[in-house]
Amino acid sequence: MMTGRTTLLGLTAAACLTALPAFAQGQLSVMSFGGAYQAAQRSSFFEPYTAKTGIKFVEQEYGGEIAKIKAMEQAGGVTLDVIDVDGPGAQQGCDEGLYEKLDWPKVGDRKDWQPGTENDCAVGTIVYATVLAYDGDKLKDGPKTMADLFDTKKFPGKRGLWKNPVSNLEFALIADGVSNKDVYKMLATKAGQDRAFKKLDSIKKDVVWWEAGAQAPSLLASGEVVMTTAWNGRIFNANKEGKHFKIVWDNELLDADYWVIPKGAKNLDASYAFIKFSTSPDVLSNFPKYIPYGPVTGAAAKAVAAEYAVNLPTSPANVATAFATDYGFWGDQGEELRKRFTTWLAQ
Amino acid sequence: MSAALAGRDLARAVRRSARPAQRVAFLLGLPALLFLFVAFVAPLGALLSAAVENPEVRQVLPQTAAALAQWDGASTPDEPVFAALAADLKRANEDKTAALAGKRLNYEMPGMRSKMLSAARMAGGASAGPFREMFIAKDPAWGALETWQVIARTAKPYTLYYLLTALDLQQAPDGSISRVDAENAIFLSLLARTLWIAAMVTIGTVVLGFPCAYIITITPPAVGRIMLLLVLLPLWTSLLVRTTAWVVLLQTDGVINDILLWTGLTAHRLQLIFSRFGTVTAMVHIQLPFTILPIYSVMRGISPSQIRAARSLGAPALSAFWRVYAPQTLPGVVAGGLITFILSLGYYITPALVGGPADQMISNFISTYINRDLNWGLASALGVVLLAVTLAIYGAFLRIAGPDRMRFG
Repeated sequence: MMTGRTTLLGLTAAACLTALPAFAQGQLSVMSFGGAYQAAQRSSFFEPYTAKTGIKFVEQEYGGEIAKIKAMEQAGGVTLDVIDVDGPGAQQGCDEGLYEKLDWPKVGDRKDWQPGTENDCAVGTIVYATVLAYDGDKLKDGPKTMADLFDTKKFPGKRGLWKNPVSNLEFALIADGVSNKDVYKMLATKAGQDRAFKKLDSIKKDVVWWEAGAQAPSLLASGEVVMTTAWNGRIFNANKEGKHFKIVWDNELLDADYWVIPKGAKNLDASYAFIKFSTSPDVLSNFPKYIPYGPVTGAAAKAVAAEYAVNLPTSPANVATAFATDYGFWGDQGEELRKRFTTWLAQ
Repeated sequence: MSAALAGRDLARAVRRSARPAQRVAFLLGLPALLFLFVAFVAPLGALLSAAVENPEVRQVLPQTAAALAQWDGASTPDEPVFAALAADLKRANEDKTAALAGKRLNYEMPGMRSKMLSAARMAGGASAGPFREMFIAKDPAWGALETWQVIARTAKPYTLYYLLTALDLQQAPDGSISRVDAENAIFLSLLARTLWIAAMVTIGTVVLGFPCAYIITITPPAVGRIMLLLVLLPLWTSLLVRTTAWVVLLQTDGVINDILLWTGLTAHRLQLIFSRFGTVTAMVHIQLPFTILPIYSVMRGISPSQIRAARSLGAPALSAFWRVYAPQTLPGVVAGGLITFILSLGYYITPALVGGPADQMISNFISTYINRDLNWGLASALGVVLLAVTLAIYGAFLRIAGPDRMRFG
C-alpha cells in the first residue's frame, strides 16, 4: 500500500516527469495491481534494482483495467514504461496492439518460459492459482476435492465464488465428472455450457459472490461462507495474520501475470533491462519469499528455497491435478458466456 | 409618423446602450460555457458517435471491404474477394491487427476471433492462390454464406449492432432483426431494474425527507440550523466511505444483525447485505440530503400564518396541513424527487458493494464494458439508452408537474 507521503512523492515525480523529459533518464514508471502483490514486487524487484543501478521507480496501481492503457495511448501521452497485466489483459492487449512487440533476445531465452506464460508482447513472471479454501478452525474435516464445493449435503452452508464465469464454469464441469483436460473442449459446445450452468444451478441459492480478491478471505473470516474459491496468495496472507485457512489444491486453476511495455513507451532499453533483471533466475526465485506465487521460468522455479516452495501452486505436490486458464477460449466465447452468466445470476 | 419613428429610434438606442453590458455578461459567462462544452457537450457527442461507429473491419480489411462492395450477397463470393482477404490478412498478420477485426466479428458471430487469427497466420505464409479453396480447407466457415454476410455488414462505416444489443435485439446474418434468446436477454431487464431501484429510492427519500424538512422548518431557528447541518454532514464524507459503513452495518456478523439477535426480534441472522433491501437502504441514506434540501427551501417560503388562518376558520389540524400546506410544498417534492431519481439511475459504487448480483444497475455494466472488455461501442450504446430514458422521464415529469411546479431552491 502506498502511504500518503509516497503518493505525494509519486505525484510530484510524475509532474516532474511530464515537465522535464530529460529528467526521466534515471527512473522507470511501473504500474501493477497494488496491495500485497505490489509490495512483494517492490521488495524483490524494484528495491534491488534501484540498489544495483540507481534507477528509481515511480509506482502506480490499477485494477487490471487495460482501458487505462488504451486511453493513455489514444491520448498520445504514454508515461508508463512497464506494466504488470493478468492473463486476459496480456492476451487482449497483445491482440489489439496495445503493447510493444517484444524483441525476445533482449529479455532472455523464450524457451525457458513455461508454455503459455509468454507471447509476442508479454513476459510471464509468476503463476497464481484459483483454489478452494476453507477455515480449518471451523471445519475439522474439510473439503478434499473440487466436487465437495458443489456438495451441499456433505458441507451445508454458503460458499463464496468469484463473480465471473471464468473459473466457475470450469469448476462446475469438473465437479460434474469432466476431466480438466477436456473442460474447454466441452465448454465450447452448447451442451457443455448447459451442463455447467445446470451444475451451478444446484448450488446457486448457497452462493455468496465476491469480486475483489481481498473479499474471499474476509468472507471466510467473518463466517459468511464455509468455503470459497480464492486466489492462493490471498489465503496465504490471511494465514500470516493468524488465520488457519486451508487450501484444497485439487484441480487448481493456474493463471500467470506478465510484464508488458505499452506501445509508445519512451525508455525502451531501460524497460528491457529491468524486465530481464526481474525474470533472471536468482531474482525471480526470490519472489515467493514475499508472496506464494511461483516463478514461471524453469530455472527460477528450481531455485526457490524449499521452505517457500511448498506453498506454491507450482510445487510438485500441489500441481498434480492443476490446469491452466485458456485465454484463447475466453477470447472467443467470453462475450457470449459472460452475458449468459450475468443473465443467469439475475434470474 | 414621426412619433413612431422616434419610438423605433428610441428602442434601437436603448438596445445599443445595453449592448456593452450584454457583451460583458456574455464574456463573463464564456468560461462556464466553454467548460460546459468541453466537459459535457463534446463527450456526449463522442458517446453518441461511439455507439454507431464501426471502424475495426474497414481498417484491418480495406481491400476486402472494397471488393465486397460489388458483391451480390446471394452466394459465397468468388476468388477476387478471397484474394483481397488474403492480402489484407497477410498485412494484418505482420501488424498484429487481425485480432482487432476478429474481435469485432466475434461479437456478431462467436468463434470468429480465433478463425481470423488462424486465417491470418495461414495468409502470412501463403504466396499464391487459389485462395478460395485454401481458406475453405482451413475452416469450412469461410465457405458459408452467413460468414460473408456478417463480414460485409461489419465492413460498413456505421453499425446498429451496439444499439440493437443494448435493447436485447439481434440481427441475423441475412439482416432480419429478432429478440435474443431468453438466456442472453439481459439489458432490458437491467434497465427495468435500474428504473425500479431508482423509484424505490426516490419514494424512500420523500417519505423520510418530507417530515424531516417540515420539522426543520417549524423548530426554532437555532435548533433548525443544527438540524440542517446534520442533514448536510454526510455530504462531507466520500460516497465510498458511507457505502463501506453500510457494509459494516449490514453484513451477516454486523451491527444490525447483532442488535436484532440480542433483542430477540429474530431467531437467526438475516441476509441484509448483498440484497435489494441493503442496496435501497444505503442509497436512500446517501440521497436523503438531495431530496430534503429542495423540499426545505420551498417549505421555508410558505407563511406559517396560512395554517393559523385555516385553523381559525375552523379547519382541523390535519386537514389544514394537508389541504393548505402540503399542496404548496409540491414544487419542492417534485424537484427533490426528480434530482434523487435521476442521480439514482447512475449509481455504481453502492450496488457494487452492498448489492447482490440481482441488484447491479446499468452503470455497473457500462463500467465492465469500458474497463475490462474494451467494448466501448456497447458501453456507449448503453449510455445512449440510459440518456434517452432519463430525458424521457424528465420530459414526462415536466409534462405532468409543469415547469412552474418544480422549484430547486
